[in-house]
Amino acid sequence: MRLRLAALLPLLFLLTVVGTTAPAHAANDTIDVVGTLLDNRDTPPKPVPGVKISVEESGAQIAEGVSDAEGKFSIALPGAPIDLLGKKITVKIDTDTLPEGTSLTDEKKTEYSVTIRTDGDIPIGYRIGPKADDSDELVRKVSQSAINGVFLGLLLALGALGLSLVFGTTGLTNFAHGELITFGAIVGFLLQDKLDSPFLLAALAGVVLSGVFGYANDVFLWKPLRRRGTGLLAMMIVSIGLAIFLRNVYQYIVGADSHQFTGVPLRREPWEIGSIDISPRTFWSAVICAIILVIISIAVQRTRLGKATRAVSDNPALAASSGIDVDRVILTVWIVGGALAGTSGILWGINYGFDYQFGFKILLLVFAGVTLGGLGTIWGTMAGSLIVGLMVEMSSLILPPELKYVTALVVLILVLLIRPQGILGRAQRIG
Amino acid sequence: MAAETQSVTAPGQTKENAILVADNVVRTFGGLRAVDVEHFEIERGKITALIGPNGAGKTTFFNLLTGFDKPDTGAWTFNGESLSGVAPYRVARKGMVRTFQLTKVLSRLTVIENMRLGATGQRGEKLLSSVFAPLWRDQERSNTKRAEDLLERFKLDAKRDDFAGSLSGGQRKLLEMARALMVDPELIMLDEPMAGVNPALKQSLLGHVKSLRDEGRTVLFVEHDMDMVRDISDWVVVMAQGKIVAEGPPDDVMADPAVVDAYLGAHHDTELSFEDEAKIVAEAEAEIEAEIAETEEQS
Amino acid sequence: MNWLDVLSGAVEQALGPQAMIYCLAAIGLNIHFGYTGLLNFGQAAFMMVGGYAVGALVQTWEQNLWLSILVGLLAAVLLALVLGVPTLRLRADYLAIATIAAAEAVRQVLGAASLNDQFGGQDGRFGFADDMKSLNPIEPGGVHFGPIDFRSYDFFIMIVGWSLALLLCGVIFLMMRSPWGRVLKGIREDEDAVRSLGKNVYFYKMQSLILGGVIGAAAGIMSGLATDNVAPSDFATDTTFFVYTVLLIGGAARVFGPVAGAVIFWFFLNGLDLFFDKATHDNLIPDWIMTSDQASLMRLIVLGLVLMLLMIYRPQGIFGDRRELAIDGR
Repeated sequence: MRLRLAALLPLLFLLTVVGTTAPAHAANDTIDVVGTLLDNRDTPPKPVPGVKISVEESGAQIAEGVSDAEGKFSIALPGAPIDLLGKKITVKIDTDTLPEGTSLTDEKKTEYSVTIRTDGDIPIGYRIGPKADDSDELVRKVSQSAINGVFLGLLLALGALGLSLVFGTTGLTNFAHGELITFGAIVGFLLQDKLDSPFLLAALAGVVLSGVFGYANDVFLWKPLRRRGTGLLAMMIVSIGLAIFLRNVYQYIVGADSHQFTGVPLRREPWEIGSIDISPRTFWSAVICAIILVIISIAVQRTRLGKATRAVSDNPALAASSGIDVDRVILTVWIVGGALAGTSGILWGINYGFDYQFGFKILLLVFAGVTLGGLGTIWGTMAGSLIVGLMVEMSSLILPPELKYVTALVVLILVLLIRPQGILGRAQRIG
Repeated sequence: MAAETQSVTAPGQTKENAILVADNVVRTFGGLRAVDVEHFEIERGKITALIGPNGAGKTTFFNLLTGFDKPDTGAWTFNGESLSGVAPYRVARKGMVRTFQLTKVLSRLTVIENMRLGATGQRGEKLLSSVFAPLWRDQERSNTKRAEDLLERFKLDAKRDDFAGSLSGGQRKLLEMARALMVDPELIMLDEPMAGVNPALKQSLLGHVKSLRDEGRTVLFVEHDMDMVRDISDWVVVMAQGKIVAEGPPDDVMADPAVVDAYLGAHHDTELSFEDEAKIVAEAEAEIEAEIAETEEQS
Repeated sequence: MNWLDVLSGAVEQALGPQAMIYCLAAIGLNIHFGYTGLLNFGQAAFMMVGGYAVGALVQTWEQNLWLSILVGLLAAVLLALVLGVPTLRLRADYLAIATIAAAEAVRQVLGAASLNDQFGGQDGRFGFADDMKSLNPIEPGGVHFGPIDFRSYDFFIMIVGWSLALLLCGVIFLMMRSPWGRVLKGIREDEDAVRSLGKNVYFYKMQSLILGGVIGAAAGIMSGLATDNVAPSDFATDTTFFVYTVLLIGGAARVFGPVAGAVIFWFFLNGLDLFFDKATHDNLIPDWIMTSDQASLMRLIVLGLVLMLLMIYRPQGIFGDRRELAIDGR
């Protein structure tokens, strides 16, 4: 940042010199406060002209301007940009000059305080339209957040099951689990990018290969380590090494940019149900998540393998002595867990986009879900993840959205304090 | 007949000079009442054995008395002082020190360091004085002397500078007992001191336990080996399914049909719940693990 | 660029401010993890709190730098208490998750746009080290040892930082030889055993967390002073992971482990970076295999592998004695 500023100095000098002979460049010489006032009640939104906007610095007005016929305003700040850097200005809208019948959506938001950090123009947005009905607005916001939260929770649950099952059966706290989630999205993307494969095929292959990847994880790394008798803490640090390794290999392959899947057969344009927006893509993703979670629940409850998994989670030695092939159960858990993580990665990718490290970024949320529910229990993981999803989205009703993950992390710590065994976990016998 | 046996070996008898008195101590896991002791006393200066089938709740009872686990209800006193809700380290400082069923030696510390750690009231254990060796050097020297004497008594002096992790299972039991003595306890509680100890060492361990009583300490120990119990204990308490079912002098208790029932009945007469079974298996595993650990070290 | 440049560049990094900062952080972590067995995955938060206390107090609230450094160290004590009270009773793996979560929460709060005026958002704080710079006695031209060059201020920071590191090593050597150190090591081996001997384990763990945390904060402060900048990206989860790698290379529970670890870590990290950079530029590695962008990732790819292999084959570190220092089962 500061490097750029330093580079800017000679450039500015050049501009002022050139500027005297070439006035056409003069526009670059100032910092402008810019924006467009539109009345959102109409579709397309209608420009709102003739509204007075002023700029103040420490209480004194330094510039003002009026919106034009297209609703646009551009207010040049006096002084060279280099002198303005670091200054704090306040932009005010004169609500009296709004045309009859229009008002700000949020009447209190008439002022914006901005600290000037770059020499670029400063965009300011005012929402003009009907005055929002506070109670309706609150209901809308709460229900929208709740819906977003449930969806996030379902995605997290899908991603977390593998982590939880692996912990339950082997005791490993796998910090490389985020990379299992990323794996699905990356494989799907590569198939699309390199082989032009249609989305559904790419997604399906992503899921299958994620399962294979889980298999490889166990067969080539964790099983040999278990055989050697490597301690759980040591394995946990190994998983950190694996996470760093994989994450950078991913970046090696797909770069640092964010990516999108192409040709997803689900619309993004939201359905408006009442005042709540739900995109069909999100909705169907949530349905897929829910179906998979139900299938897994039933499978764990009813099938032989599912029962064996629970037995191993409960007590590996007891399970082994009653004739269960513990290694086979663990391998299955890795395959299923990998495939679930991959699926969650792909669903995450089609809804939010993805990059090489998104799995790592959401890993702590996944941990929060798993821990909240009680490490290693299937129901707990699902419930915990849903709670985390809801909490993350709902917290942005009160807190700035950038802090929404913090809520989940703080709650995670509190839960560990009060009920280390999680909400649904059982207390263990000591000694 | 039944009434007569009851009078000799009835549970919850009061003692003339009790060092520890416990009332209504209950601990449940899930639905299972692991410990449900109405009244329990330990006679001062005697060796008391706590016996019972696997899963009877002996270790859990140990954990509760020493503060390592919290009971649902119950109160107990040591030398007249209440110990309910007291943290384990405070229990130890009051003079009631325990050992563990699965020995807890500090593997990557040497034998002598294990011993020194046991000494109480060390000035050098304060953060600020730790850097200034002159503040604690003399005390350290006298603690070391005491530790060496104990090691000699327990025939571990040859191992003085070895890592504790390199000791055999039996030697670990000895080290743990010797280390507990560094705390200078009034009541020493030994959780299965003989488990995993080879027969040659057993005899000397028995001698050590007796010598503890002879120096005026009170001993409570959990044991399965009936010969040992008969040999050294002054008083035997029998637990089954969390309750104390009988107590009395060794020979009377061994003759009590209720005790035989407790041992056989717990396994054969009643249907085992899943938790019971899991618990029994878990304890059996713990023993097997201990044995495996021992054979590995010996090889 | 020639091969000598690769080597000298690697040596410069191995001795430079970055290595010194990671060494300090690892000395702190060594007290937690190496001696007490606390799986603290929030060391970056201690560094951040130290660095930010100094940066924000000087830049935002215009306080004296030296006073701010003192406050930075005290802030670490506070963080240790806040973090330790709930988490020190937890099992090792829960402690890891709780501390990593707490560290990330601290980072997101301090980097939040809504606290821009106080902590500068993603840009962080800068321009607060003037008083430190004014103390620099090294001549402005910098210092040169053959092909190895250090800038004047960097060299000054190195002298201060490495001296501090060696001093701390000395103090820790004395502490770990004492009965106090014995209790910590006992806790690492089996805390229930130590409890049964009448020691207040929780209290000792807290002392350990505070002491190591304050040293971590010192690392963060040195980082701020070295670059005259603190930003959220300096204190991400990966920072903690790198500190662990430094510690494990040198060997946990070894007094000079962090020093050796930091030097080796940065020698190879930068050496690899320069090597692959040169290899791609000189077309030793063709472009279709590796571009120069990708070359910059190689060092982290190798780092991840090294961390895994180290933990599997030499958990006691490069110089460690396996018998004594292998990190055991649980």
